Parts: sequence; C-alpha cells; structure tokens
Amino acid sequence: MRIPCPLCGPRDRREFYYYGAEDYLHRPAPDAPPEAWDAYLHLRDNPAGITRDLWYHETGCTAWLLVTRNTVTHEILEVALVAGRTAPKPARGRRAAP
Amino acid sequence: MPDLIAKPPLAGAAALTLAGVTLAMADPGQITSVAPFRGQDKALGKALKALGLSFPAPNQVMSHGDVRLVWTGRDQAFLIGAEPRGLAGLAALTDQSDGWAALRLDGPGAVDVLARLYPLDLRAAAFPVGRVARAPFNHMSSILMRPGPHSFEILVFRSMAHTAWHEAGAAMRALAARAATG
Repeated sequence: MRIPCPLCGPRDRREFYYYGAEDYLHRPAPDAPPEAWDAYLHLRDNPAGITRDLWYHETGCTAWLLVTRNTVTHEILEVALVAGRTAPKPARGRRAAP
Repeated sequence: MPDLIAKPPLAGAAALTLAGVTLAMADPGQITSVAPFRGQDKALGKALKALGLSFPAPNQVMSHGDVRLVWTGRDQAFLIGAEPRGLAGLAALTDQSDGWAALRLDGPGAVDVLARLYPLDLRAAAFPVGRVARAPFNHMSSILMRPGPHSFEILVFRSMAHTAWHEAGAAMRALAARAATG
C-alpha cells in the first residue's frame, strides 16, 4: 500500500504510523452529554468499504494526514493535511444506533 | 561562556571508496530550523531576500552560494551554512547545528547504493539536482539532498551517525561484491 502524502508525494506504507478513526478529530464540547463522550472514545465503525482515518507521516515530513481509503480494495481515495482543514463543529449528539 | 571543544559526530571515520562510490562525512556548518510565524510570510520573504534566498516549496532546496534553505517539513525549513540574520521575530528559530550528522556519497554508483537504503525513486527524472526528501534511511529519519547528479548529502540525527555510516558502508560492500562477480 502506498499513501500519497500531500507534501512528500507517494510513499510506502512503512513510513506512516496509523493512529485511528477520523472520530478523533471530532472531540465533543466539554459540556456534551456522557453519551457523546462515550461515542467519541469507544464507539467505532468497522466498515467493509470506504473509511476515513488518521495517519502520521513518521519518517517523512511528520505531518498528520486524514486518509480516505477503501478497506476492501486498499484503494486510497483522498489524503488531506489535518492542519489545513477547517475546524469542524464539536460533535454534541449521540451517534445514531446502527 | 566557557570555550567548549567541538567534536564532529563521526570523529575518526576515514572516507570509504568502493565500487566507484565515496562515502565521507561532511560538515554542513550552522543549521537553524526556521518555522515562519503565522502572518509573517511577507516580512520573512523580505528578510530572506536579503540573504539571497526565498522560502522553499515542499521538497525544494533554495541555494545562494554556500548558504542553503532546505525544506524539512510543513512550514519548516533548515537554514544551513549561515547565521539567521534578520529573521528573529518573523519565524521560530532553533539552533540545530549539533543535532545532526552529515554524510556525503559521491560517484556514479551513489544512486545504486541509496537504492538499497531508501524506498524512493532516485532516478534523475524523479529526484533531480536541488531536490530534498524527508525519507527513511533504512529505519532512520533523515533528510536526503542531491547537490549534484552523482552526489547526495544525507542528514541523520547525530545519535544515529555511526549506524548510518555502518549501513551506508554495508550497502557499498554488497554493491562492490556484486560488481566483482561480474
């Protein structure tokens, strides 16, 4: 698997450290209900298909990346710098039950 | 201030020549990390112009004489070979001179040596002269530069100097052994 770093260009997967789901970018507001914090900390999807997660270009430019990829085909669909994105609103609500 | 004795990171390492490639230590001089403060891009550009430089794009090295400004990460570059005159207040400046060890590989086979160490396409079309890459030298974080068509300069953390020297030597020996078998 190769990940196209927006700064360095396409690089081998070994250069990257996997952090976890995109959920970590959506920290609830401090006064959010416990359910929102529970979802933020513990509830994760495990999709067969498109997923978004955080990677760290550890032995490259040391940038944090938001990677959109397909877990079935291993296709990388989009890679963006976490630093450059506009800050999303803190998630308040509880994650919808599946 | 006490007068300290500066020791090179690879003291006593004699240059190694094998299969037409020479591995030697290099002394890049003063290294300062330059991380522009938000909103200071224009003022910093002006201050850099006075040094004959401009802030590099990703993977780019700006040169003026012996002075280089090397891209090393998002919003970060290393000023190598000069004092950061006039940059104070415009960027976060950190002296890194003693934090890095520099190796040089020269010779037509240098690219073949590095092919054993870097997971990068180092052909001239993909990695031309004047380019820089933050990339793993085997397992070590490093900065790889190409000052000439057959010359490469590698910066590794100073604590990794002897490991880097050993691994570059091992790659050269393997290459020389293969050449010897014809």
